[in-house]
Amino acid sequence: MATKPRQYKEGSFFEIFRYKDLLVQLVKRDIKLKYRRSFLGYVWSILNPLLIMIIMAIVFSFLFKREIALFPIYLLAGRSVFELANTAVSKALGAITDNTSLLKKTYVSKFMFPLSKITSTTVDFIFSMGALIIVMLVFSIIEGRLLFSFWNFGIIIVVVEAYIFSMGLGFLMAQLHVFFRDIRYVYNAFSTMLMYCSAIFYDVGMFYDKAKDQINAGVTPFALYLAHFVEYCNPVYIYIKQFRYFIWVPTLETVPQWAVVTPVDFLLGFGYAILMLAIGVFFFKRSQDKFILYI
Amino acid sequence: MENTEKEKAPQYIVDVDNVTVRFNKANQKVDNLKEYFVRLIRRQLMFQEFIALKDVNLKIKKGEAWAIIGTNGSGKSTLLKVISRILKPYKGSVKVDGSIASLIELGAGIDPKLTARENIYLNGCILGYTKQFIDEKFDDIVEFSELEDFLDSPVQNFSSGMKSRLGFSVATMVEPDVLIVDEVLSVGDVLFRKKCMKRMKEMLEKGATLLFVSHNMTTVKEMCDKAIWLNNGEVVMSGDINKVCDEYNSTIEEKKAKEKKEKQKK
Ligand SMILES: Nc1ncnc2c1ncn2[C@@H]1O[C@H](COP(=O)(O)OP(=O)(O)OP(=O)(O)O)[C@@H](O)[C@H]1O
Ligand SMILES: [Mg+2]
Repeated sequence: MATKPRQYKEGSFFEIFRYKDLLVQLVKRDIKLKYRRSFLGYVWSILNPLLIMIIMAIVFSFLFKREIALFPIYLLAGRSVFELANTAVSKALGAITDNTSLLKKTYVSKFMFPLSKITSTTVDFIFSMGALIIVMLVFSIIEGRLLFSFWNFGIIIVVVEAYIFSMGLGFLMAQLHVFFRDIRYVYNAFSTMLMYCSAIFYDVGMFYDKAKDQINAGVTPFALYLAHFVEYCNPVYIYIKQFRYFIWVPTLETVPQWAVVTPVDFLLGFGYAILMLAIGVFFFKRSQDKFILYI
Repeated sequence: MENTEKEKAPQYIVDVDNVTVRFNKANQKVDNLKEYFVRLIRRQLMFQEFIALKDVNLKIKKGEAWAIIGTNGSGKSTLLKVISRILKPYKGSVKVDGSIASLIELGAGIDPKLTARENIYLNGCILGYTKQFIDEKFDDIVEFSELEDFLDSPVQNFSSGMKSRLGFSVATMVEPDVLIVDEVLSVGDVLFRKKCMKRMKEMLEKGATLLFVSHNMTTVKEMCDKAIWLNNGEVVMSGDINKVCDEYNSTIEEKKAKEKKEKQKK
């Protein structure tokens, strides 16, 4: 029968290609239900990040003495990327346990459920770029120059990296959640910590300045270690940095050293993404046959 | 046993070989980290196993119609789930040589918030069909389900019978090599049940293989030519439908009679 080709090994990750039409249906469902239910629909999904950005911009411009040029764009860019990864993973986390009844009654590649959540969040993210466009438009008017450029399209690369990374982390968390329902709290604590390590409302240059002072004073330059940790060990910051490089950096007259993206950043970004995916798929695959005994 | 020479050829379409299925019957499932660590320290982390199927063998040839009978909790649904790949056997192996449509529960993938039309696509894709294929079959599905007037209303407004119509129509849109039916037709009305039976018979005539669970002996005898009888996860008897059913019925009668006697004693 031509309708059910068996090219992919049952339970393997690549089985997702057999179910690609299911992915489309599941993502469509998520998007439809999200916008069907709320009265404001799309307007709200743009308004929400805008309002948060405005509040954060006001608060942090009082808190930090440092001047970051076009701070609202800087802030919104960073927060959007963080929220993409965070929302995607936290939705994927419950994807298996939310489909208990389905998994008990039919055979379907279990990878599809976290995958569809990650995908619908990514699609949502692309929709919510409207907020960024509005902010850039407003600042174009204030500054009296066009802040958009061809570079902006580079964010597609970042979205791909973040998508792959979230997929890996999502698979890992989704399978853990089947066996340990309180893993969600652990994840929430972890993601809050990660947020503070992602230079969303401050900049890494701050650490480097502090490090200079520490070196001059002859003490151990802890600030330098911290900067390196954020810059090389936190994949989410790597994606934020790249995203800003394509959105925020092109609007600047003088580009600070710490905002410049090199090929190393892309190598690291894709490296972390693929490593995370490999880890996620490995553990998910190993435990997926046991899901049914625990859901 | 009977035909050792033929054994080598892939003559069985469904081959359940010494299958054992194990569940965790722990009264308190450890499903959070806190409890996990507490029990790990106290060394109470045990798996209370429950054997739902024990060394079950079932060899089915192409075109046969098998009934699975047994009392509640004897493992019938579990056997169907192992064959449909929903459950992995703990021991033994299951081989199915062809496509399967399993109706363990109708409308397993139905989302009540979506409309009937959207659900047909979603459900079809869950069963592994492509969008294009569902497009082609769409009219047939709608016609069979008799839900033309409700296509664009959300399924949460449907009655349970209407939902199972939808589920049955989607699940049988294609003629599978193996059709697996658990007690799913009990919710539909008489007319629809007859229609489903007719569809199943048509499939059988075209060479499909059937696995059927029902507590209704008349229906079972009408549909099937072979039967397997399960009790507490073990095969009691398998073979010709009439023999197995008669034996099963007489055992049940005996049991009833015994119970009556015991009651009278009291
Ligand atoms: N997920 C599960 N976890 C633990 N035990 C289970 C699980 N699923 C089934 N069982 C047990 O396995 C046994 C067989 O169940 P099964 O559903 O196969 O019975 P059945 O023959 O289909 O019964 P019925 O006629 O009521 O449908 C039952 O004792 C049941 O309690
Ligand atoms: Mg059952």
